[in-house]
Amino acid sequence: MVRETFGSDEQQEGPTRAAVVDWARDVYDDLDFTAVRRWLEANPGRKAGGYLPVYVPREVLHATGFLPVGIHGAGDRLEIIRGDAFYQSYICHLPRSIIELAQSGRLDMLSAVLFPSTCDVIRNLSGMWKLLYPDIYVRYIDVPQTPDPAAGADFWEGELRRLLHDLALVSGHQATDQDLRETIRVYNEMRDMIRTLYRVRQERPWDVPTEELYVLLRAGEVVPPEEFIAQARRYLGAVEAEPRRPRDNSRVIVVGAFCEQPPLGLIKSIERAGCYIVDDDFILGNRFLANDVSLTGDPVRALAEAFVHNDMRTSVLYEGDPRGKKQLMAQRVAAANADGIIFATPSFCDPALLDQPMLRTGAEQAGIPCIAFKYAENTGQFQQFREQAGTFADSIKLWGVV
Amino acid sequence: MAEALKDRSMVLQKEMLANYFARLEQAPEKGEPVVYTFVPGNLVELIRSFDALPVLPEINALQSGMRKLSGDYIMEAERSGHSEDVCTYVKCDIGMMRNGNLGPSGKKLPKPDLLLLSYTGCYTFMKWFELLREEYDCPTVMFHVPYQGDGVLEPEHREYMIRQLREQVIPALEKATGRAYDEEKLKERLRLSAQAEDDLVAVLQAGKQRPSPIDGYFGAVYYVGPIFSAFRGTQEGVDYYRALREEVEERAAEGLGPVTPDGPLNDQRYRLVVEGPPNWTSFRDFWKMFSDEGAVVVASTYTKVGGTYDFGFRHDPNDPLGTMADYCSGCYTNLNLPARIEMLARYVKEYEADGFLINSVKSCNSFSAGQLMILREVEKRTGIPGAFIESDLVDPRYFSAANIKNRLESYFQMIDARRRGKSA
Repeated sequence: MVRETFGSDEQQEGPTRAAVVDWARDVYDDLDFTAVRRWLEANPGRKAGGYLPVYVPREVLHATGFLPVGIHGAGDRLEIIRGDAFYQSYICHLPRSIIELAQSGRLDMLSAVLFPSTCDVIRNLSGMWKLLYPDIYVRYIDVPQTPDPAAGADFWEGELRRLLHDLALVSGHQATDQDLRETIRVYNEMRDMIRTLYRVRQERPWDVPTEELYVLLRAGEVVPPEEFIAQARRYLGAVEAEPRRPRDNSRVIVVGAFCEQPPLGLIKSIERAGCYIVDDDFILGNRFLANDVSLTGDPVRALAEAFVHNDMRTSVLYEGDPRGKKQLMAQRVAAANADGIIFATPSFCDPALLDQPMLRTGAEQAGIPCIAFKYAENTGQFQQFREQAGTFADSIKLWGVV
Repeated sequence: MAEALKDRSMVLQKEMLANYFARLEQAPEKGEPVVYTFVPGNLVELIRSFDALPVLPEINALQSGMRKLSGDYIMEAERSGHSEDVCTYVKCDIGMMRNGNLGPSGKKLPKPDLLLLSYTGCYTFMKWFELLREEYDCPTVMFHVPYQGDGVLEPEHREYMIRQLREQVIPALEKATGRAYDEEKLKERLRLSAQAEDDLVAVLQAGKQRPSPIDGYFGAVYYVGPIFSAFRGTQEGVDYYRALREEVEERAAEGLGPVTPDGPLNDQRYRLVVEGPPNWTSFRDFWKMFSDEGAVVVASTYTKVGGTYDFGFRHDPNDPLGTMADYCSGCYTNLNLPARIEMLARYVKEYEADGFLINSVKSCNSFSAGQLMILREVEKRTGIPGAFIESDLVDPRYFSAANIKNRLESYFQMIDARRRGKSA
């Protein structure tokens, strides 16, 4: 049975919550990046620097005077015409829509684009960008994969210094240590805010629906971090002021959607099928550093140390612990007090799909109910997801297993 | 199908491989340690300097493909939860392991004492060894080779690799084998590598001649087999490449083409450059589609996936750790797209090719992502139209013989039409 959660008992939203969510939704929907263009108009001489998922050190962009801009594809909101001419059918959807955005001029406000070491598709796209846009600064960001923290930190510090140097040439602003510390402080605050949002959602998912949290986080990818923090604070204030009534939903974590993002309709479908999403991988880069970066000592070294001593465990990093993959899902389920796992994975996503057998085996050995499905960012039909998620939620409630 | 014709070197290689797999089977009882590692960026000289034996999972997978075993192995892996969307080498390897881990020669492969994850040019490698570690429950050492995102090996990246070799890889090998690192032994291995590399380059560059005495793709995957796998840095490898070079030079002196499975290809009507790995499940049929039309491949990028030697790199015994870093960094899939395009355009010009063809395999994003752009860029730079076909490495479900044959025939007709246009 599919549980319906909307209708006559749909709860009313207060003006502040609605205002923040509407703002975030507008920013999220806007494929012309008007927020970025307005920021550039308001800050003459400043630059915007793009980055692809999953992780780049946004602090380096920010400290050198750039507005960091997340490029997460166009979802289901853009018809792909030019992008398909660049990719075979067996390659994921994300790079097509990114190419489409770029080829249609929607990314022409970017002076630099960073391509992180997420997978071979994004890696190769960095070379394509060099050819397509020779006037744009392009850098492939190879994060350290060695499990040795000393060698990893030295390598990463070198990469960060190189990036600081190069970006300063583009922006005309050489970051001082003081600039970097101020940037680190802002991003520590931003990550702290995101952790708070996730904690509140985990404790009271009825008060922080993922449908709202998600668009707020997406807006945070294209506005200055200070603006995101202010909007998130308003949102949390509204959540406290307008508590909602809990429902008898199942608590799930959604795993695998860290790069190509699901359409908003998919998130809504999962929630409306009777699932509270209490942890997820969406837009993982915004909380990739799980702990604060130190504000003392050399700031570049502090960023490097924060990366190699990070607690984040994800498909895009080498797992040094032989038991790590098998244990990860049970740990995340316990931390989120979840009932089950939905593996929602983009089609043709190597990192997520290659990890899934290890993660799912570990979860099932721990007795955790799981289901899995694949999507593309432009998936337009959600009925099958809704039925699957609804059946999953019901079976957890009825029997505790699937 | 008639018995395939073989070069002398192919017969020699077959013997080498049979002996090697027999040795691998006996390794546990003889106390010879076994190290699994990948072809691109393999550190075979280092492994062998510890008297350990390398096993290369991609080689096992492609051999399973050629022996028509891979389809069942892949299905087995997919039944146990592996996605149909991901690399079929990985699934073939996992299926092979779950079917008794019988290697290509039918002999059982030993379990690894160490998984040496040389993370070079392919994201999937990282997951592959995480998956194998689950199956084998053995130590793993990660060696991270930074990608040449800006088209060069940056000095800091080189130092990072050398440091990992010194502080991570060598201690892991010492622990796994119970033997101390011996730099002199490594240097000797590297010296042997360089000798074999000289001869390999001479063989591959013979493709510049008319007629070409080699096939630089279908034939050359045999030529690079020993040097991409267990035999670099060995006297056997040196002897093989000397014999191969003599064989090719003999053919060249007589004005003969390469030996294909269906006979010598002396009447060469089309000279091609090929990008991308071959399909292994229908390898002979695939080759025949070319040889039947008189098409010879004069150069390819796939034959640089385990090392790029034709632009001057040789392993240098005087700088043992540095040279291994240089080698790893320069493997083809660790190069950025502009460098790959440059290499292809150069091959088209230097080998006087009539055309170039991309075989895009579904399994391998490291190769495939961006190949449509490579096609357009190489066309732009050389003025020669390219062809694009699709297949897979070892999944027989993705080899459509009729479609590929049609495309190839159309492409050859187009080359003919261009020739007529030029001569008119």
